[in-house]
Amino acid sequence: MVNNLEETIYSNQQMKKMLTDMMLIRSFEEAVEKLFQEGKIPGTMHLCIGQEATAVGACAALTDEDKITSTHRGHGHSIAKGAEIKPMMAELLGKATGYGKGKGGSMHIADLTIGNLGANGIVAAGLPIGTGAALASQMKKKGYVVLCFFGDGAANEGAFHEALNLASIWNLPVVFFCENNQYGMSGPVKEMVNIEHISDRAKSYGIPGFTINGNDVIEVAKATQEAVDRARSGEGPTLIEAETYRWRGHSRSDARKYRTREEEKDWRNTKDPISKFKERLIEESILTEKEFLEIQKTIDTEIHEAVSFAEESPEPSLDTLEVDIYV
Amino acid sequence: MREITYANAIKEAMVQEMRSNEDVFILGEDIGVFGGAFGVTSGMLDEFGPERVRNTPISESAISGCAVGAAMMGMRPILELQFSDFVMIALDNIVNQAAKMRYMFGGKTHVPMVVRLPSGSGLGMAAQHSQSLEAWMAHVPGLIVIQPSTPYDAKGLMKTAINNDNPVIFYEHKGLYNSKSDVPEDEYDIPLGVADVKKEGEDLTVIATGIMVQRSLQAAEQLEKEGISIEVIDPRTLVPLDKETIIESVIKTNRALVVYEAVERSGYGAEIASLIGESEAFDFLDAPISRLGGIATPIPYNPSLEKAAVPQVEDIIEKVKSIVQK
Repeated sequence: MVNNLEETIYSNQQMKKMLTDMMLIRSFEEAVEKLFQEGKIPGTMHLCIGQEATAVGACAALTDEDKITSTHRGHGHSIAKGAEIKPMMAELLGKATGYGKGKGGSMHIADLTIGNLGANGIVAAGLPIGTGAALASQMKKKGYVVLCFFGDGAANEGAFHEALNLASIWNLPVVFFCENNQYGMSGPVKEMVNIEHISDRAKSYGIPGFTINGNDVIEVAKATQEAVDRARSGEGPTLIEAETYRWRGHSRSDARKYRTREEEKDWRNTKDPISKFKERLIEESILTEKEFLEIQKTIDTEIHEAVSFAEESPEPSLDTLEVDIYV
Repeated sequence: MREITYANAIKEAMVQEMRSNEDVFILGEDIGVFGGAFGVTSGMLDEFGPERVRNTPISESAISGCAVGAAMMGMRPILELQFSDFVMIALDNIVNQAAKMRYMFGGKTHVPMVVRLPSGSGLGMAAQHSQSLEAWMAHVPGLIVIQPSTPYDAKGLMKTAINNDNPVIFYEHKGLYNSKSDVPEDEYDIPLGVADVKKEGEDLTVIATGIMVQRSLQAAEQLEKEGISIEVIDPRTLVPLDKETIIESVIKTNRALVVYEAVERSGYGAEIASLIGESEAFDFLDAPISRLGGIATPIPYNPSLEKAAVPQVEDIIEKVKSIVQK
């Protein structure tokens, strides 16, 4: 995979947008973490800090008409696909103005109008659903492509294997995008999978599979673009495995006993997708430090507004309890 | 009017809907050239082709999720599972996904899909191919549950199911596929939540579901000869349930018996019994509300044992007499 920015197909503006989106995701997650610690978010949440490049790189290859299915760790996917952060934040606080009117929460944020078919609380559930959305695209000649995000843990679910096979035999316009963040909750991928790369499994289903650096947003975007182009031109599905790292624990109260602090430090210090990309853009004179700070300032304001919006939003009325169970 | 089988009535409804709405398609295992495990889809491949009569791999997890995704994107899939027992492999997509999506997403999607489940015992297929687990489905908010007992009802309710915007679980009884009755050739639908009084009577109300409707009607004939008149009500749809028709009937007859094939314990009949007990009909009761369901056993293979595991006509007669003659 080519990493040289000069050989990329992306304009300076597009690359700045990628950086901005990654920064927005991280700031969003940091704000969520703080709100959770303050007891303002019920239940739990799964933060994607450290994995921003997979969400942003993959969605950079998609059009507005293309669809995604997401995971329990889905805030980044939503933002990268174009979600508004105000209703996202409101949903996390369980408010009536949230994407799910306060009934879905962190694991069920969806917005079909921007092609997000939903985060999902069930590991690997998005793959068959995305396959079905791709079938609808093929049958009705809609032209859209579906990208299914899932984690390394999902690759051991039956739904993963069944969906890849089905999408392959029907030649569906779908991209299976595995964010290998090294751990399925506490289970290290090296203990749970007895092959070198999850992408090797593509061969079993007669589709191409690649393993890429998931912390390099340009590499992610380019690899995904190839897969999306194949899908759109009727050449069927692709399996992409993007190697990345979840900086935080799995969810609330995770002491991270299953990995070392040294390992975490190494990923943070040498493979941070945001600071690496920022440095590259500055080196290539695409971005200045001043611009970077301005972007962060704008994001901080945006996040502040989203938190205020969420906090000031009304709770869902109790008479909505039984609304939207049936059409 | 012509008579057709229960299986052909279901097929006719699907064919008519597929002719009039190109968003409707069917997917399932061996539904193409083979015509489905019970022949329900025979001939459909010839008319609609492999795009809309999609023969799938043996992948209940993938094909059920695929139906959910296609439905979210505007299609109206009909998913045929060979046996209702196999739904366990597809349950995540039905229970965790299809049933809840609209609610979780704040009303911003809907999942119009029909899951066809051949169920019930009596064919010597043993414990993994003979169950009646409709109560599981009826327990899940977000699902519509239909259980037709006649070819006429099957056709009308299938049309309704396909055009409904919710996920619909459609229980077909394997023992009824070859049963025949008058079915109009024209399209018609039967609304959800409207029970059918299959036979009027005075002394006791039997509320029966699935194949137990036929057995209860046979029991009614025998009982009539002995001077006992029973009313037989088929709810036809478990969710939503037509409570009024049941309650009104019990107020009239003053006695109620719920007959169902599923294991009696925690079956849907318990829901109907509770409903009567909690209603204004309670004050009119001359006898305790009774249930007659299956024995709490896996369905056995041996034909005599299998027969003994679920209510038969004689069991219904005996039960009715025990209530009426008390």
